[in-house]
Amino acid sequence: MASTGTADAHSEEVGVASEDGVRRRDFIEIAAVSAAGVGGLACLLPLVSQMAPSADVLAESSTELDISALEEGQSIKAVFRKQPVFVRHLTPAEIEAADAVDVGSLRDPQTLQERTEDGHHNILVVMGVCTHLGCVPLGAAEGENKGEFGGYFCPCHGSHYDTAARIRKGPAPKNLEVPTYEFTTDTTIVIG
Amino acid sequence: MSFPWAKNYEPVNPVMKFMDEKLPLPRLVYNAVGAGYPVPRNLSYFWNFGILAGFCLVLQIVTGVVLAMHYAANSGIAFNSVEHIMRDVNWGWMLRYMHANGASFFFLVIYIHIFRGFFYSSYKAPREMIWLLGVVIFLLTMATAFMGYVLPWGQMSFWGAKVITGLFSAIPLVGEPIQIWLLGGFAPDNAALNRFFSLHFMLPFVILGVVILHIWALHIPGSSNPTGVEVKQESDTVPFHPYYTAKDGFGLGVFLLIYFAFVFFFPNTLGHPDNYIEANPLSTPAHIVPEWYFYPFYAILRAFTFDFIIEAKLWGVLAMFSSILVWFFLPWLDKSPVRSGHYRPMFRKFFWFGLIPCMAVLFYCGGAPAEEPYVMISQIATAYYFLHFLVILPIISSIERPEPLPFSITEAVLGSDDSAVIEPAAKAAE
Repeated sequence: MASTGTADAHSEEVGVASEDGVRRRDFIEIAAVSAAGVGGLACLLPLVSQMAPSADVLAESSTELDISALEEGQSIKAVFRKQPVFVRHLTPAEIEAADAVDVGSLRDPQTLQERTEDGHHNILVVMGVCTHLGCVPLGAAEGENKGEFGGYFCPCHGSHYDTAARIRKGPAPKNLEVPTYEFTTDTTIVIG
Repeated sequence: MSFPWAKNYEPVNPVMKFMDEKLPLPRLVYNAVGAGYPVPRNLSYFWNFGILAGFCLVLQIVTGVVLAMHYAANSGIAFNSVEHIMRDVNWGWMLRYMHANGASFFFLVIYIHIFRGFFYSSYKAPREMIWLLGVVIFLLTMATAFMGYVLPWGQMSFWGAKVITGLFSAIPLVGEPIQIWLLGGFAPDNAALNRFFSLHFMLPFVILGVVILHIWALHIPGSSNPTGVEVKQESDTVPFHPYYTAKDGFGLGVFLLIYFAFVFFFPNTLGHPDNYIEANPLSTPAHIVPEWYFYPFYAILRAFTFDFIIEAKLWGVLAMFSSILVWFFLPWLDKSPVRSGHYRPMFRKFFWFGLIPCMAVLFYCGGAPAEEPYVMISQIATAYYFLHFLVILPIISSIERPEPLPFSITEAVLGSDDSAVIEPAAKAAE
């Protein structure tokens, strides 16, 4: 800068443009506005992020279940992430009914084998949340309507699920969701 | 802005003079709803509903603020705190019934206000901005009402929250994370209840702000009127006060009679008994429906039962939001130069025998169970609804031959207008 001589000494003053129209003040203006912009955006992060599930909500996101008392043909309703989970001990007849279906004809093609754990194909674990608009289907408790296919029936908008909890009739787009779970012992399941 | 013949505010009292110099608030009132605001002389009672909507907003804010002094937004005690308001708080039962029925009456008034706008084409130039702001107010009011309905934490509250936030899960890829983010959990719970309470308290003041813009925008061209002919001269107008303060006052009296008949004698008629059962995440009520004022839009949501390129669920959600967003485009879809439906024979027929029955059918289907024949009827009505706004209105406005308009508001009211004789050319042109 010093080498530009006395003629340019004037342009060293903040408000005066140099030959290419750039003023020294331009830098500080752009820097200030950018800093304010980045700072403003950074402020959004906590404001948006605070709405996501908090640590205590996430801490509840696994559930341990003892199914040793679950007899063939029985179901239990458990709670996982504040939502119902259905665990059903399938009877041989129910397994047979599920296997008899042509998988290709299903709206959401899946076999019972794909929907259960190896070695425990008679234990069906699904979320009790209808894939249409989130109602709780009937069929887990004794005496409840199991729908036309002997599985679950959602009374809100009439979705019928079969014994493998696959959607067979009604507006729901998907089979009842199988949550992530594992058998920690032969009679204990940990969901989540 | 106002017409040149508007009366000027001239304070006489020294206190008012002092005030006018320092903060001319009385001048603002005088020019906005006083003698200084000339208004078309022929407004019918359909023009009461703007004031009535404003009254409902204030009513909801006042009763809501006091209810918030007793309500506890915690999923463990929210339901009981509402019962505490109903049984233990002095006048609590009345304040809550006023607030709950106030929401219903707010929507009733808004719907009449909007359909007044449809019939008289209140959305046309130069009033487009008033209309656009009105649609924004309507959307904000819907959001506020939905979140308010969640607060009592009854069965309908809970499952309503689940179904409505579930709509967002229809969005491809990011839908489910968005739903979890909105709820602050995997299902509606304390986090959701708290944020809904916070927003339900805050949004009415946002609505109030947009209402001020709505009225500001209105006062630039002034009110439309049943003939749709713009104000030409002083004889077309009367001062807002005392003429319309009196007319609005009378309308308000009639409104209050009907409203309090519900508050005192039928306080739960517009609600659902299921909401007096505490929220139970493990059991869904057999028949989930929203409050009556959302029925038409709920019917549109459920009308889509078939996958076509995208999932049926997503179609339903898009259609439901589009059914209101389409109103934003009305000023440009209806190109007829004539405003009032009174002078538009074809438009009038489609309004009374097309749009109104269509809305009535959607309203009925929205409250009915989601089975045949209601699903198919909803589908037909939904198709007509969109056809009406997107196809029928533009076609009508280009082929319709409107009936002759009166020269002025004065002529429409008195049968003749002296100034019409002075401007024969103008009359011949119409």
